[in-house]
Amino acid sequence: MDFDSFVRPGLFNYWVVITLMMTAFYVVIARGNLIKKIIGLNIFQTSVFLLYISMGKVTGGTAPILADSIETYSNPLPHVLILTAIVVGVATTALGLALVVRIKEAYGTIEEDEIHQQDQED
Amino acid sequence: MMQHFPVLQVIVPLMAAPACLLLRQRTLVWMFSLLVSIVVFAISVSLLSQVLDQNVIIYSIGGWAAPWGIEYRVDVVNAFVLLIVSSISMLVLIYARKSIEKEIDGDQIFLFYSALLLCLAGLLGITITGDAFNLFVFLEISSLSSYALISMGKDRRALTASYQYLIMGTIGATFILIGIGLLYMITGTLNMSDLAARIPELSGLRTTRVALAFLTVGISLKLALFPLHLWLPNAYAYSPSVVSIFLAATATKVAIYVLLRFMFTIFGIEFSFSAMPLDEVMMVLAVIGILTASTVAISQNNVKRMLAYSSVAQVGYIILGISMVSLTGLTGSILHMFNHALMKGALFMSLGCVVYRLGVVNLAQMSGLGRRMPLTMAAFVVGGLSLIGVPLTVGFISKWYLLLAALEKGWWWIVVVLLVGSLLAVVYVWRVVEVAYFRQGDEETEVNEAPMSLLIPTWALVIANIYFGIDASLTVDVAQRAAATLLGVQP
Repeated sequence: MDFDSFVRPGLFNYWVVITLMMTAFYVVIARGNLIKKIIGLNIFQTSVFLLYISMGKVTGGTAPILADSIETYSNPLPHVLILTAIVVGVATTALGLALVVRIKEAYGTIEEDEIHQQDQED
Repeated sequence: MMQHFPVLQVIVPLMAAPACLLLRQRTLVWMFSLLVSIVVFAISVSLLSQVLDQNVIIYSIGGWAAPWGIEYRVDVVNAFVLLIVSSISMLVLIYARKSIEKEIDGDQIFLFYSALLLCLAGLLGITITGDAFNLFVFLEISSLSSYALISMGKDRRALTASYQYLIMGTIGATFILIGIGLLYMITGTLNMSDLAARIPELSGLRTTRVALAFLTVGISLKLALFPLHLWLPNAYAYSPSVVSIFLAATATKVAIYVLLRFMFTIFGIEFSFSAMPLDEVMMVLAVIGILTASTVAISQNNVKRMLAYSSVAQVGYIILGISMVSLTGLTGSILHMFNHALMKGALFMSLGCVVYRLGVVNLAQMSGLGRRMPLTMAAFVVGGLSLIGVPLTVGFISKWYLLLAALEKGWWWIVVVLLVGSLLAVVYVWRVVEVAYFRQGDEETEVNEAPMSLLIPTWALVIANIYFGIDASLTVDVAQRAAATLLGVQP
């Protein structure tokens, strides 16, 4: 593996995917604020959406529309799959945020260490 | 009608869940959910008996043939898991009425049943589908509803437990999504049998290896394999009793089924265990999981939390059997999936009875409970004996097969691990027995036996624990055929 094969234009998207994925993973693990964790989770999921969308792309292809002039088009299946995954992501975020609201009502804080401290005192 | 059973298995609870929102009235919703679960159970029994005759049922949804449409594929392995999930869900729903009235606010009860049916539909869908992406969608349906179910616990720690599970569960599910994406990238298909046909020639590619790695980690998070089990103890300990019973008995089993499906059917034994060292990795994690989780269980004062750690250890046993990659080992694992559902179901149900009367399950408050709630605690003792693996209970049968598998390979140290694990189980079960039977209780607070509607499903599971422990021919036969199907050999 030489340097050139790493920076091939076709791989650019995948580098973005990995960078986003690792950044988001770090946010989920390292942040103590429950909202920030959910933001991290969102970016993490988004990186996977990009992975799917990139793999559907065909060089020189257009959107998959049935018309006379169109010969090559991108693979629509991964894009459709990821629409489902986006819906799942929205549902997860909504549920996560709803939980955070209730945690805030129950504990008065959304910082992980303060919640942990209160649990220890019980 | 009969030929549509595979899809009805999932559609019935899936459509029933929103119907609960319209019914609203709590007794009505309960009766409706119970009816649904009985129908689901009947379907799964019929599917299993069909599959035992004709080996595999293939159902194309909407009449679209496999590569284009989604297909449901039932063989002995998933028919057996379907039966585990549906039978437990039926017993849980009989149990739910009284227990839920005590533990959940009146205006949320119909929402609870709705979420429970959604979770059931998700678990059944994961098990029955023959399409990898469809599996992810059902996985998320069951996960999202179980986060909601856990958060309904009375203790405020239920909220943080649910949040923690949401974060870890979503990471796990996203890992699975990445794995499926990578597989699609190299094979161009999402159908499981197509994947299985195309992967052998692609086994040299790094993408295939990475896909298996992502899938294994993601699924292991879902099935709570040590050290990815951190979400489990709190989730089981602080959720409402009914949810603990349901999740402990079914959710991890379904995740284990998914692991089996990917490792054995899709990637194949050759790739999973020769090209990739999955068996060694899993064996080490399983052994550490059995020993550490059992040890941690001993120091718990909340009995539900203790049983949750014990569940992590039991998952270890199942994975241990899988990692031996032999017919006997796999038979032991598949048996233990069924048997563990029976024993943990019975144990969590008896604790649910204690919660119904006492409101808590801390060891300190349980002293002298053996005299005041004799039937409940007797159920706990039988469940505990089964957990330890005493002969005449189901726990013995599956541990026996695991022992045989270890001896076949001549791995004596595995035998030692199994024995030490059982001894540790003796210790933590004994702690509860000692407090409940040999300590003087607070005689002033009068506590009565739990109501019959809680005791009947509890004892149904206890009797199943003993029945399948004495006459194991049915379960062993099915498990053996399932193992043979996975390994691709004759039983």
